[in-house]
Amino acid sequence: MELLINDQTHEVDVEAEMPLLWVIRDVLDMKGTKYSCGIAQCGACTVHIDGEPVRSCVLPVSAAVGKRITTIEGLAQNVAHPVQEAWIRHQVPQCGYCQSGQIMAAASLLQKIPQPNDADIDAAMSNLCRCGTYARIRAAIHDLAGTTPEVAKA
Amino acid sequence: MNKPVNSTRRQFLLASAAVSGGFALGFSLPNNKARAAEAADPTRVNIWVEVAPDDTVTIRYARSEMGQGSFTSAPQLVADELDANWDQVKIVYVDVNEHLRNNRAWGDMATVGSRTIRASQEALRTAGATARAMLVSAAAQQWSVPANEITVQNGIVAHAASGKQSGFGALAALAATQPVPETVALKDPSAWSIIGQSVPRRDIPASTDGSQVYGIDVSLPGMVYAAIAQAPVFGGKLSTFNDASARGMRGIIDIFAIDDDSALVVVADNWWRAQQALARVEITWDERGNGSVDDASIRAFFQEGLAATDAAPLPNSAGDVDAALSSAAKVLEADYYTPYLSHTPMEPMGATVQIGADHVQVWTSTQSADGVATEVAGALGVPPETVIVHRVQAGGGFGRRGGTGDYGKQAALIAAKLPMDTPVKLLWTREEDTQHGFYRPLAMYRLKAGLDADNKIVGWRTRIASGSLLGQMRGIPLPNGVDAMATEGFTRLPYLVDNQDHSYKQTPTHVPIGFWRTVGWSQTPFAREQFIDELAHAAGEDPLSFRLRHMAEDELSRHILQVAADNAGWTTAPAAGVFRGIATTEPYGSFTAAVVELSVDASGGIKVHRIVQAINSGHVVNPDNVVAQLQGATVWALSAAMWGEINIERGRVRQANFHDYRVLRMAEMPKVDVVLAPTGGFWGGVGEPGQAPLLPAFCNALFAATGKRFRELPLYHQGFRLV
Repeated sequence: MELLINDQTHEVDVEAEMPLLWVIRDVLDMKGTKYSCGIAQCGACTVHIDGEPVRSCVLPVSAAVGKRITTIEGLAQNVAHPVQEAWIRHQVPQCGYCQSGQIMAAASLLQKIPQPNDADIDAAMSNLCRCGTYARIRAAIHDLAGTTPEVAKA
Repeated sequence: MNKPVNSTRRQFLLASAAVSGGFALGFSLPNNKARAAEAADPTRVNIWVEVAPDDTVTIRYARSEMGQGSFTSAPQLVADELDANWDQVKIVYVDVNEHLRNNRAWGDMATVGSRTIRASQEALRTAGATARAMLVSAAAQQWSVPANEITVQNGIVAHAASGKQSGFGALAALAATQPVPETVALKDPSAWSIIGQSVPRRDIPASTDGSQVYGIDVSLPGMVYAAIAQAPVFGGKLSTFNDASARGMRGIIDIFAIDDDSALVVVADNWWRAQQALARVEITWDERGNGSVDDASIRAFFQEGLAATDAAPLPNSAGDVDAALSSAAKVLEADYYTPYLSHTPMEPMGATVQIGADHVQVWTSTQSADGVATEVAGALGVPPETVIVHRVQAGGGFGRRGGTGDYGKQAALIAAKLPMDTPVKLLWTREEDTQHGFYRPLAMYRLKAGLDADNKIVGWRTRIASGSLLGQMRGIPLPNGVDAMATEGFTRLPYLVDNQDHSYKQTPTHVPIGFWRTVGWSQTPFAREQFIDELAHAAGEDPLSFRLRHMAEDELSRHILQVAADNAGWTTAPAAGVFRGIATTEPYGSFTAAVVELSVDASGGIKVHRIVQAINSGHVVNPDNVVAQLQGATVWALSAAMWGEINIERGRVRQANFHDYRVLRMAEMPKVDVVLAPTGGFWGGVGEPGQAPLLPAFCNALFAATGKRFRELPLYHQGFRLV
């Protein structure tokens, strides 16, 4: 199977049903995309497939063939992505484990809705964070969008 | 330290001084028990300062980083006393093996109990001040000027009268030859320039581009992968297994039982393949007699604990509660229940182990790096000094990774069954994590108190039934039968009550229990701070003024309670339909209070409008990081309030993954205002204290809104949800 990941093609010899996550992590050795639940509940494994956020832990690799796959490593090559810069500016991560997925989800949201409101953020940012960085994720997204949060959701 | 100066790197070990005893360049720690005991003293200096010719100051960090921020804040303490230029400071981890080979010279590496700063601050500041003194001494010698005329600021050593000045690097070689001062003066807090600053956390950039390495991310040549199925009933053993249909699957290397038949393991060339094969193995388990334990039997056992006549009295019991209650104008009694909870850090459990001829290497996310070495060494029967633990960031800890003796040991036992030098990465599924945790203990509380005619509390009785972390997990005999963790919050009430009688009955079950973020303080205030609210309500008094009226004038809780109330506008009525609850706690050497504002709709939808959290941690090292810790505490408290529970049925855990072990999501995160109100004068913790008052403040607000008291968690059972 041939995969196009971060603008590079990779030939992989794996079972068609192996989830894309494990091909990325263990076959291609790109560790930025994380495993946490394996059932598409938490979003730590979020990658972009043709620009759409996808939970790679439940996506058979065969379904990604012929599509453009972007991982956290490829979100911005050689320069920091604006979302990554905002994450640093707002000191968002705590343990950081969920943040690859959070950043991929946020980048996709801002691509589609450059000025998301809080409802847009709530709908798009369903990734779990156990450390509790939600308030800062929201603040960082509003910062990028040049919008202000509603009073109840600062 | 007995490691000689590394002249090949042209770097110079500048100082590593001890609070007592001397600990310096070329110093060798004798390998005897007395020295080992001294080295275990948590006040001992556990850090080096190293200065390179290019002025780079390397500060070593001994404990773990799991998101709590002390990889940055602990070195701030060193750098401030050193008067270093923070931009020239580089932070590296202490080498665990070096630590073990030198009788644990850096002291306690365990990153638990919100104590990284409070237990290490004096040693870390002393290390910085000592290094500074040696730089000054070197400059005095080189410039032939009196040391007391030399100033150090922002990485520059200067002598005003002669106009001489230097960076640290040019003085490092000479400084390293200076005698280590036996005592150094530490700065007055008013002189701090790096302590108290919200400097950005050093580990954050790597967490934004995928380059941060966690235990799960270790990749080694020739590495194989292990999937594991542990006995579903705690304490169970493997009875039989049939792996006929799994053996021939692609990539499968071996299938075997480990750890006294408590788990079955599949090793493969890829973790997903190992997991697929494991699902095909037919396993029967011996439940070892625990297969009929369930929530109902556990609850009955705890009810017995509440009524037991042989409970252990807490030392603060005083007066005659029976007499006080019999003469009281009003007597209230209430039972509270808090369930087992799972930690569920985002990174699942796992470890990579490689056994070589001379050394064992381990890569794992842990809160206890030296504890891992001990655990692996014990599993393999080798000296801990031969175990090399590589340090990585932990994908959340929250008490789950504090030396539990499970996944690290398992990985070592798996590696021991493979050819020498084969690295093997063990990874648990989320389901294994949920079902094989060390859970926040289930606890039940029975509180009884009386008010006199003036609505003063005249007597207070507490009975706690709970497992014992110290007794069950650590095997430590309980002093006078009392577990210190299970009774937190009741061993010293901030309220003045003449007649008090508190007691604890240990109620051990087969369910493993552990240190869950905020530990006893995550649950005891649920009872104490709701009960004080119940008393206030019975007295017909405002819950804030009722609390304050029962506190001594010099009670520090008064201050933080008032700060929280003031910031919430407690004396101003909230908007129509909005209700407030308040609570105060004294956890981990800090004082925390919270006000929760919420409204409840007719269908049980709870909208949290705002949470005000206030903390007095004495001193504050990195304010923004403290704010982050308290923001995070909200997620823990609200998750526990609404959905958190681990249920036991047929001896095993019912929940499996995030779909049935619900935790707070973005859309449910309320607005949180964190107020830092440090009074100075002491060093309190910040990682755990924030959560302590939130649960009762939330439930007190719910009472204000509904008129109903909710004494059992989680609240979704009562039809509530967050909107």
